[in-house]
Amino acid sequence: MIWDFLIAPFAEFGFMRRALIGSLAICIGSVPVGVFLLLRRMSLTGDAMAHAILPGAAIGFLISGLSVMAMTIGGILAGLLVALLAGLVTRGTALKEDASLAAFYLISLAFGVSLIAMNGSTVDVFHVLFGSVLALNTAALVLLATISSMTLVALAIFYRPLALECVDPGFLRSVSGFSAYTHFAFLALVVLNLVAGFQALGTLMSVGIMIVPAAAARLWSTAITGMILTAVIFAFASCIAGLLLSFHVSVPTGPAIIISAGAIYVVSVVFGSEGGLISSRFLQPQQS
Amino acid sequence: MSAIEFDTVTLGYDNIAAIRNLSATILQGSLTAIVGPNGAGKSTLLRGIEGEIVPLSGRIQCQSTPMHNIAYLPQANTIDRSFPISVEEFVAMGLWQSIGAFGGVSKYDRHQVSDAIHAVGLNGLERRQISRLSGGQMQRVLFARLLLQDASLVLLDEPFTAIDAKTTADLLIIVKRWHEEGRTVVAVLHDHDLVREHFPTTLMIARDLVEHGKTADVMTAENFMRARQMCEACDSPPEACDHKGIVAA
Repeated sequence: MIWDFLIAPFAEFGFMRRALIGSLAICIGSVPVGVFLLLRRMSLTGDAMAHAILPGAAIGFLISGLSVMAMTIGGILAGLLVALLAGLVTRGTALKEDASLAAFYLISLAFGVSLIAMNGSTVDVFHVLFGSVLALNTAALVLLATISSMTLVALAIFYRPLALECVDPGFLRSVSGFSAYTHFAFLALVVLNLVAGFQALGTLMSVGIMIVPAAAARLWSTAITGMILTAVIFAFASCIAGLLLSFHVSVPTGPAIIISAGAIYVVSVVFGSEGGLISSRFLQPQQS
Repeated sequence: MSAIEFDTVTLGYDNIAAIRNLSATILQGSLTAIVGPNGAGKSTLLRGIEGEIVPLSGRIQCQSTPMHNIAYLPQANTIDRSFPISVEEFVAMGLWQSIGAFGGVSKYDRHQVSDAIHAVGLNGLERRQISRLSGGQMQRVLFARLLLQDASLVLLDEPFTAIDAKTTADLLIIVKRWHEEGRTVVAVLHDHDLVREHFPTTLMIARDLVEHGKTADVMTAENFMRARQMCEACDSPPEACDHKGIVAA
């Protein structure tokens, strides 16, 4: 019974195994990036960037069909372009970053949807919006693993400036010229991982695997390392649960994974030991 | 020898001057307080020295102190206190000059961090998260980081505002230690008694130089009165200014 429910789907079907490996690979790269997004209070920036990559992926799709490589390159270019334009507008005009980014990602999203609607069927739109983790081929898996590895290496190298940029950006500006580069390099990592994520989860859901496990982990840990590890475990669990849910109940896989992560998040909000509802109400002295 | 020279400096934001045509020289190794009414441009002046803002006109020359040899404690800091980082890790960021973005932290560096934490009286709290510190403790942490920066010029913007008396006294000891070590210290301060007691030199400004010299000579009732008038004159819109002029006449 338990075997049938938990193990058999993966043991019997190659596409489930590939989906599992693919989604775990995404977690390893995306989740640490998500933790930093959360700590920098940029969770919604992640969401905006996820929408911004759509036209690039659409153009890639139009040029060479359902090619992972073409869609990835298109997505990365569109994401970086939006990040760069938003950055330039923020520095050069009276607009703040949230406003300029919102404007550009909405324009980008509108282009993306139009492109797909004019040239493809609704099935294609669904593929890009919701992904297809069950249809990952070997080339896609290699790409996902490559992006994850690159992300981990980049995070290891930029860890110190990145952490300092989060905790005290003014100080970083005063001691080094790293501040602006750090910000942009980090946005590039966000774009890269969103693009990896949307192969499997779709543009709408790929930001979910970044943010939701990170938000849940924040409620269990106060150290960055602890947060990242907890978040990765949560994300793994969500992927496995989501894949099984999708297999047995035939829910679309991307949303099923995020719903699983959402369940962990809700439990963490209530029971989380570091600032969850119960711990902050009953276990810590109240401040009047 | 001069540490900082202001040569008819005008500083401000969006072409609105907060400091106008200031010329003054701050000597190397001096312990200088900057005083003046609200809106006199005190914080702007520190930002100008630090290099965060560029003069609209004139020149600020920092002798033999390249940009990175300045330790600066801003008044409104940009610290996200909710970020999960321990006192020890936070203070260690003061070593940026020697370890940079990628360098390792040696045993000697760790000793220095530990010494700095001791010096500000926070030993025992090394592993505490900065989110769990009181305001006074956080100020001690910031001073520990300044200590590690080992800068020849230290700029402090209202370092003792909203800080308890014990912490202020402890941190003043560190300021004096910097002075004894021959570093140049420039601090924006509001507490006039504290300035009279601990700062030998005072620079009083009100958008413009009021007076600069020995604290006892600068901190006089006449100078304070003059500073207030100078500030009011430039804060008021032109009509109000004229009106005042007529009343005064």
